[in-house]
Amino acid sequence: MVKADWTIYEEDYWAIQSVLKELIDNSNSQSVILIDKTGQLIASVGMEPEFDLMSFASLCAADFEANAQLATLIGEKDFSTLYHQGSDESMYLARVAQSIILVVLFNKRTTLGLVRLRVKKAVEGLNTILNGLFEKLEYENEDLKEFDESFTDELNREIDSLFQD
Amino acid sequence: MSLINYSSREINCKIVYYGPGLCGKTTNIQYVYNKVDPSTKGKLITLATEMDRTLFFDFLPLELGTVKGFKTRFHLYTVPGQVYYDASRKLILRGVDGIVFVADSQSSRFDANIESLYNLHENLEEYKLSLEDVPFVIQYNKRDMPDIISVEELEEELNPEGFPSFEAVAVKGDGVFDTLKCVAKGVLRKLSQN
Repeated sequence: MVKADWTIYEEDYWAIQSVLKELIDNSNSQSVILIDKTGQLIASVGMEPEFDLMSFASLCAADFEANAQLATLIGEKDFSTLYHQGSDESMYLARVAQSIILVVLFNKRTTLGLVRLRVKKAVEGLNTILNGLFEKLEYENEDLKEFDESFTDELNREIDSLFQD
Repeated sequence: MSLINYSSREINCKIVYYGPGLCGKTTNIQYVYNKVDPSTKGKLITLATEMDRTLFFDFLPLELGTVKGFKTRFHLYTVPGQVYYDASRKLILRGVDGIVFVADSQSSRFDANIESLYNLHENLEEYKLSLEDVPFVIQYNKRDMPDIISVEELEEELNPEGFPSFEAVAVKGDGVFDTLKCVAKGVLRKLSQN
Protein backbone atom coordinates (compact mmCIF):
# COMPACT_ATOMS: atom_id res chain seq x y z
CA MET A 1 0.00 0.00 0.00
CA VAL A 2 1.27 3.44 -0.88
CA LYS A 3 0.29 6.44 1.18
CA ALA A 4 1.46 9.93 0.35
CA ASP A 5 1.57 12.79 2.80
CA TRP A 6 -1.41 14.03 0.96
CA THR A 7 -3.52 12.91 -1.92
CA ILE A 8 -5.93 14.53 -4.33
CA TYR A 9 -8.88 12.43 -5.37
CA GLU A 10 -10.61 12.73 -8.70
CA GLU A 11 -13.80 14.42 -7.41
CA ASP A 12 -11.87 17.05 -5.48
CA TYR A 13 -9.66 17.71 -8.47
CA TRP A 14 -12.66 18.47 -10.66
CA ALA A 15 -14.19 20.68 -8.00
CA ILE A 16 -10.92 22.60 -7.81
CA GLN A 17 -10.75 22.87 -11.60
CA SER A 18 -14.21 24.35 -11.78
CA VAL A 19 -13.36 27.08 -9.23
CA LEU A 20 -10.17 27.89 -11.14
CA LYS A 21 -12.00 28.06 -14.47
CA GLU A 22 -14.57 30.40 -13.02
CA LEU A 23 -11.77 32.59 -11.69
CA ILE A 24 -10.12 32.79 -15.12
CA ASP A 25 -13.40 33.78 -16.78
CA ASN A 26 -14.45 36.30 -14.16
CA SER A 27 -11.09 37.99 -13.79
CA ASN A 28 -10.01 38.04 -17.44
CA SER A 29 -6.68 36.61 -16.45
CA GLN A 30 -4.49 34.30 -18.56
CA SER A 31 -3.58 31.39 -16.35
CA VAL A 32 -4.34 30.21 -12.85
CA ILE A 33 -2.03 27.76 -11.14
CA LEU A 34 -2.41 25.95 -7.84
CA ILE A 35 0.73 24.87 -5.99
CA ASP A 36 1.35 23.33 -2.62
CA LYS A 37 3.72 25.02 -0.19
CA THR A 38 6.50 22.56 -0.91
CA GLY A 39 6.48 23.56 -4.59
CA GLN A 40 4.46 20.69 -6.04
CA LEU A 41 2.12 21.59 -8.87
CA ILE A 42 -1.52 20.70 -8.16
CA ALA A 43 -3.48 22.15 -11.06
CA SER A 44 -3.17 24.63 -13.88
CA VAL A 45 -5.93 26.10 -16.04
CA GLY A 46 -6.14 28.72 -18.77
CA MET A 47 -3.54 29.45 -21.40
CA GLU A 48 -0.81 26.86 -21.42
CA PRO A 49 2.28 28.78 -20.22
CA GLU A 50 5.36 28.63 -22.45
CA PHE A 51 7.72 28.26 -19.49
CA ASP A 52 8.50 25.14 -17.45
CA LEU A 53 5.61 24.80 -15.00
CA MET A 54 7.56 22.60 -12.56
CA SER A 55 10.25 25.22 -12.13
CA PHE A 56 7.65 27.95 -11.90
CA ALA A 57 5.88 26.06 -9.11
CA SER A 58 9.04 25.54 -7.09
CA LEU A 59 10.02 29.20 -7.42
CA CYS A 60 6.54 30.44 -6.47
CA ALA A 61 6.56 28.29 -3.34
CA ALA A 62 10.02 29.60 -2.42
CA ASP A 63 8.91 33.17 -3.12
CA PHE A 64 5.84 32.80 -0.94
CA GLU A 65 7.75 31.13 1.88
CA ALA A 66 10.55 33.69 1.84
CA ASN A 67 7.95 36.44 2.07
CA ALA A 68 6.19 34.66 4.94
CA GLN A 69 9.49 34.70 6.82
CA LEU A 70 9.92 38.40 6.05
CA ALA A 71 6.43 38.98 7.44
CA THR A 72 7.36 37.24 10.67
CA LEU A 73 10.49 39.35 10.97
CA ILE A 74 8.50 42.57 10.81
CA GLY A 75 5.93 41.23 13.26
CA GLU A 76 3.18 40.13 10.86
CA LYS A 77 1.67 36.64 10.97
CA ASP A 78 2.21 36.30 7.24
CA PHE A 79 1.44 38.02 3.94
CA SER A 80 -1.64 36.26 2.70
CA THR A 81 -1.25 37.74 -0.78
CA LEU A 82 1.66 38.93 -2.93
CA TYR A 83 1.69 41.01 -6.10
CA HIS A 84 4.49 41.16 -8.65
CA GLN A 85 4.02 43.83 -11.29
CA GLY A 86 5.66 43.64 -14.69
CA SER A 87 5.38 46.05 -17.61
CA ASP A 88 3.25 43.52 -19.53
CA GLU A 89 2.70 40.45 -17.39
CA SER A 90 1.92 40.44 -13.68
CA MET A 91 1.38 37.84 -10.97
CA TYR A 92 -0.90 37.76 -7.98
CA LEU A 93 -0.37 35.07 -5.33
CA ALA A 94 -2.76 34.17 -2.53
CA ARG A 95 -2.61 31.66 0.28
CA VAL A 96 -5.38 29.06 0.41
CA ALA A 97 -6.20 26.59 3.21
CA GLN A 98 -2.89 27.20 5.05
CA SER A 99 -0.68 25.11 2.82
CA ILE A 100 -1.68 25.90 -0.77
CA ILE A 101 -0.79 28.83 -3.01
CA LEU A 102 -3.00 30.19 -5.77
CA VAL A 103 -1.12 32.02 -8.54
CA VAL A 104 -2.86 34.19 -11.13
CA LEU A 105 -1.01 35.36 -14.23
CA PHE A 106 -2.56 38.35 -15.94
CA ASN A 107 -1.82 41.16 -18.38
CA LYS A 108 -3.34 44.52 -19.36
CA ARG A 109 -6.63 42.93 -20.41
CA THR A 110 -7.63 43.19 -16.76
CA THR A 111 -6.80 45.17 -13.64
CA LEU A 112 -5.26 44.32 -10.30
CA GLY A 113 -8.46 45.41 -8.55
CA LEU A 114 -10.61 42.96 -10.49
CA VAL A 115 -8.12 40.13 -10.05
CA ARG A 116 -7.91 40.78 -6.32
CA LEU A 117 -11.70 40.84 -6.01
CA ARG A 118 -12.21 37.59 -7.93
CA VAL A 119 -9.35 35.85 -6.16
CA LYS A 120 -10.98 36.60 -2.84
CA LYS A 121 -14.09 34.71 -3.89
CA ALA A 122 -12.12 31.84 -5.43
CA VAL A 123 -10.08 31.47 -2.24
CA GLU A 124 -13.30 30.99 -0.27
CA GLY A 125 -14.42 28.23 -2.66
CA LEU A 126 -11.02 26.55 -2.63
CA ASN A 127 -10.81 26.76 1.15
CA THR A 128 -14.01 24.77 1.44
CA ILE A 129 -12.88 22.09 -1.01
CA LEU A 130 -9.33 21.77 0.33
CA ASN A 131 -10.24 21.83 4.01
CA GLY A 132 -12.81 19.12 3.26
CA LEU A 133 -10.13 17.14 1.45
CA PHE A 134 -7.64 17.47 4.33
CA GLU A 135 -10.32 16.38 6.78
CA LYS A 136 -11.10 13.38 4.62
CA LEU A 137 -7.41 12.46 4.48
CA GLU A 138 -7.22 12.54 8.23
CA TYR A 139 -9.99 10.01 8.66
CA GLU A 140 -9.57 7.87 5.58
CA ASN A 141 -6.60 5.69 5.02
CA GLU A 142 -7.58 4.31 1.69
CA ASP A 143 -5.92 1.12 0.65
CA LEU A 144 -4.67 1.97 -2.80
CA LYS A 145 -4.68 -1.25 -4.70
CA GLU A 146 -2.79 -0.14 -7.77
CA PHE A 147 0.26 0.54 -5.60
CA ASP A 148 1.25 -2.94 -4.58
CA GLU A 149 4.72 -4.44 -4.41
CA SER A 150 4.95 -4.90 -8.17
CA PHE A 151 4.42 -1.15 -8.51
CA THR A 152 7.44 -0.40 -6.31
CA ASP A 153 9.49 -3.05 -8.14
CA GLU A 154 8.70 -1.53 -11.50
CA LEU A 155 9.58 1.94 -10.24
CA ASN A 156 12.87 0.64 -8.90
CA ARG A 157 13.66 -0.69 -12.36
CA GLU A 158 12.81 2.73 -13.80
CA ILE A 159 15.21 4.32 -11.31
CA ASP A 160 17.98 1.94 -12.34
CA SER A 161 17.52 2.67 -16.02
CA LEU A 162 17.19 6.45 -15.65
CA PHE A 163 19.96 7.11 -13.16
CA GLN A 164 23.03 5.73 -14.86
CA ASP A 165 26.29 7.13 -16.27
CA MET B 1 6.00 15.99 0.97
CA SER B 2 4.97 13.25 -1.37
CA LEU B 3 1.82 14.09 -3.25
CA ILE B 4 -0.38 11.71 -5.21
CA ASN B 5 -2.65 13.39 -7.71
CA TYR B 6 -5.26 10.88 -8.85
CA SER B 7 -6.61 13.01 -11.57
CA SER B 8 -3.42 13.93 -13.35
CA ARG B 9 -2.12 10.50 -12.21
CA GLU B 10 1.12 11.79 -10.79
CA ILE B 11 3.26 11.04 -7.76
CA ASN B 12 5.69 13.76 -6.70
CA CYS B 13 8.53 13.39 -4.20
CA LYS B 14 11.11 15.85 -2.91
CA ILE B 15 14.78 15.01 -2.36
CA VAL B 16 17.09 17.55 -0.72
CA TYR B 17 20.90 17.66 -0.95
CA TYR B 18 22.30 19.06 2.30
CA GLY B 19 25.87 19.75 3.42
CA PRO B 20 28.48 22.43 4.18
CA GLY B 21 29.41 25.21 1.76
CA LEU B 22 31.37 24.12 -1.34
CA CYS B 23 30.97 20.40 -0.60
CA GLY B 24 29.54 19.69 -4.07
CA LYS B 25 25.75 19.65 -3.72
CA THR B 26 25.20 21.71 -6.84
CA THR B 27 27.86 19.66 -8.67
CA ASN B 28 25.85 16.50 -7.92
CA ILE B 29 22.68 17.97 -9.39
CA GLN B 30 24.51 19.42 -12.39
CA TYR B 31 26.03 16.04 -13.16
CA VAL B 32 22.60 14.39 -13.02
CA TYR B 33 21.21 17.14 -15.23
CA ASN B 34 23.93 16.63 -17.84
CA LYS B 35 23.60 12.86 -17.90
CA VAL B 36 19.93 11.96 -17.82
CA ASP B 37 17.83 11.59 -20.95
CA PRO B 38 16.58 15.08 -21.95
CA SER B 39 13.00 13.81 -22.18
CA THR B 40 12.99 12.94 -18.48
CA LYS B 41 14.27 16.19 -17.05
CA GLY B 42 12.87 19.66 -16.59
CA LYS B 43 14.77 22.91 -16.43
CA LEU B 44 17.63 23.22 -13.95
CA ILE B 45 16.94 26.28 -11.83
CA THR B 46 19.84 27.82 -9.95
CA LEU B 47 19.47 30.73 -7.59
CA ALA B 48 23.12 31.60 -7.08
CA THR B 49 25.25 34.65 -6.37
CA GLU B 50 27.57 36.11 -9.01
CA MET B 51 30.32 33.98 -7.53
CA ASP B 52 28.30 30.82 -8.28
CA ARG B 53 27.54 30.18 -4.64
CA THR B 54 24.02 28.89 -4.08
CA LEU B 55 21.92 31.69 -2.65
CA PHE B 56 18.57 30.02 -2.17
CA PHE B 57 18.46 26.64 -3.92
CA ASP B 58 19.00 24.65 -7.09
CA PHE B 59 16.05 22.74 -8.43
CA LEU B 60 15.81 19.90 -10.94
CA PRO B 61 12.64 17.92 -11.67
CA LEU B 62 13.17 14.37 -12.98
CA GLU B 63 10.48 12.15 -14.38
CA LEU B 64 10.47 8.38 -14.19
CA GLY B 65 8.51 6.43 -16.78
CA THR B 66 4.80 5.80 -16.33
CA VAL B 67 4.12 2.78 -14.14
CA LYS B 68 0.57 1.45 -13.84
CA GLY B 69 -0.68 4.68 -15.31
CA PHE B 70 1.11 6.88 -12.78
CA LYS B 71 3.89 9.29 -13.64
CA THR B 72 6.44 9.55 -10.82
CA ARG B 73 8.52 12.67 -10.44
CA PHE B 74 11.46 13.39 -8.20
CA HIS B 75 12.18 17.00 -7.41
CA LEU B 76 15.83 17.46 -6.51
CA TYR B 77 16.76 20.49 -4.42
CA THR B 78 20.03 21.70 -2.96
CA VAL B 79 20.29 24.03 0.02
CA PRO B 80 22.78 26.87 0.31
CA GLY B 81 25.67 25.51 2.38
CA GLN B 82 26.98 28.69 3.90
CA VAL B 83 26.15 29.05 7.60
CA TYR B 84 24.71 32.50 6.91
CA TYR B 85 21.76 31.16 4.89
CA ASP B 86 20.09 29.07 7.56
CA ALA B 87 16.64 30.58 7.06
CA SER B 88 16.71 29.51 3.40
CA ARG B 89 17.85 26.00 4.31
CA LYS B 90 14.95 25.61 6.69
CA LEU B 91 12.48 26.56 3.96
CA ILE B 92 13.86 24.06 1.46
CA LEU B 93 13.51 21.24 3.99
CA ARG B 94 9.77 21.75 4.22
CA GLY B 95 8.00 18.66 2.95
CA VAL B 96 11.20 16.73 2.29
CA ASP B 97 10.85 13.01 1.38
CA GLY B 98 14.53 12.05 1.21
CA ILE B 99 17.85 13.65 2.18
CA VAL B 100 21.37 13.30 0.80
CA PHE B 101 24.08 14.68 3.07
CA VAL B 102 27.11 15.58 0.97
CA ALA B 103 30.19 15.59 3.19
CA ASP B 104 33.49 17.15 2.11
CA SER B 105 36.24 14.55 2.67
CA GLN B 106 39.03 17.12 3.01
CA SER B 107 40.48 17.32 6.51
CA SER B 108 40.22 21.13 6.47
CA ARG B 109 36.42 20.78 6.12
CA PHE B 110 35.93 18.19 8.84
CA ASP B 111 34.43 20.62 11.33
CA ALA B 112 32.23 22.18 8.65
CA ASN B 113 30.68 18.74 8.01
CA ILE B 114 29.90 18.24 11.68
CA GLU B 115 28.43 21.70 11.98
CA SER B 116 26.24 21.22 8.91
CA LEU B 117 25.00 17.81 10.05
CA TYR B 118 24.15 19.25 13.45
CA ASN B 119 22.33 22.07 11.69
CA LEU B 120 20.35 19.50 9.65
CA HIS B 121 19.23 17.78 12.86
CA GLU B 122 18.16 21.12 14.31
CA ASN B 123 16.24 22.20 11.23
CA LEU B 124 14.48 18.85 10.91
CA GLU B 125 13.42 19.11 14.51
CA GLU B 126 11.56 22.29 13.64
CA TYR B 127 9.39 20.18 11.34
CA LYS B 128 9.14 17.54 14.07
CA LEU B 129 11.24 15.15 11.99
CA SER B 130 14.41 13.22 12.64
CA LEU B 131 16.80 11.36 10.34
CA GLU B 132 15.06 8.12 11.27
CA ASP B 133 11.83 9.43 9.71
CA VAL B 134 13.25 10.46 6.35
CA PRO B 135 15.24 8.21 3.99
CA PHE B 136 18.81 9.44 4.47
CA VAL B 137 22.03 8.78 2.55
CA ILE B 138 25.52 10.16 3.15
CA GLN B 139 27.94 10.88 0.34
CA TYR B 140 31.67 11.32 1.07
CA ASN B 141 32.63 13.61 -1.76
CA LYS B 142 35.99 14.82 -3.12
CA ARG B 143 37.71 11.48 -2.62
CA ASP B 144 40.24 12.55 -5.28
CA MET B 145 41.60 15.47 -3.23
CA PRO B 146 45.06 15.19 -1.65
CA ASP B 147 44.44 15.81 2.05
CA ILE B 148 41.41 13.68 2.84
CA ILE B 149 40.13 11.87 5.90
CA SER B 150 39.65 8.10 5.73
CA VAL B 151 36.13 6.83 5.14
CA GLU B 152 36.33 4.89 8.43
CA GLU B 153 36.99 8.08 10.34
CA LEU B 154 34.24 9.94 8.52
CA GLU B 155 31.81 7.11 9.19
CA GLU B 156 32.67 7.13 12.85
CA GLU B 157 32.10 10.83 13.25
CA LEU B 158 29.27 11.53 10.79
CA ASN B 159 27.48 8.22 10.51
CA PRO B 160 27.49 6.27 13.77
CA GLU B 161 23.91 5.18 13.01
CA GLY B 162 25.11 3.36 9.88
CA PHE B 163 22.95 5.04 7.24
CA PRO B 164 23.80 4.04 3.65
CA SER B 165 26.91 5.90 2.49
CA PHE B 166 28.86 6.30 -0.75
CA GLU B 167 32.26 7.60 -1.76
CA ALA B 168 32.17 10.12 -4.57
CA VAL B 169 34.03 12.45 -6.87
CA ALA B 170 31.02 14.46 -8.00
CA VAL B 171 32.89 16.56 -10.60
CA LYS B 172 33.68 13.34 -12.46
CA GLY B 173 30.33 11.79 -11.65
CA ASP B 174 31.74 8.98 -9.51
CA GLY B 175 29.17 7.94 -6.93
CA VAL B 176 26.60 10.53 -8.00
CA PHE B 177 24.03 8.11 -9.41
CA ASP B 178 24.68 5.47 -6.73
CA THR B 179 23.77 8.06 -4.11
CA LEU B 180 20.70 9.26 -5.97
CA LYS B 181 19.46 5.74 -6.68
CA CYS B 182 19.79 4.78 -3.05
CA VAL B 183 17.85 7.75 -1.73
CA ALA B 184 15.20 7.52 -4.49
CA LYS B 185 14.56 3.85 -3.72
CA GLY B 186 14.44 4.67 -0.02
CA VAL B 187 11.75 7.27 -0.71
CA LEU B 188 9.66 4.78 -2.71
CA ARG B 189 10.09 2.13 -0.03
CA LYS B 190 8.91 4.57 2.62
CA LEU B 191 5.96 5.55 0.45
CA SER B 192 4.89 1.92 0.11
CA GLN B 193 5.41 1.06 3.76
CA ASN B 194 3.40 3.89 5.27
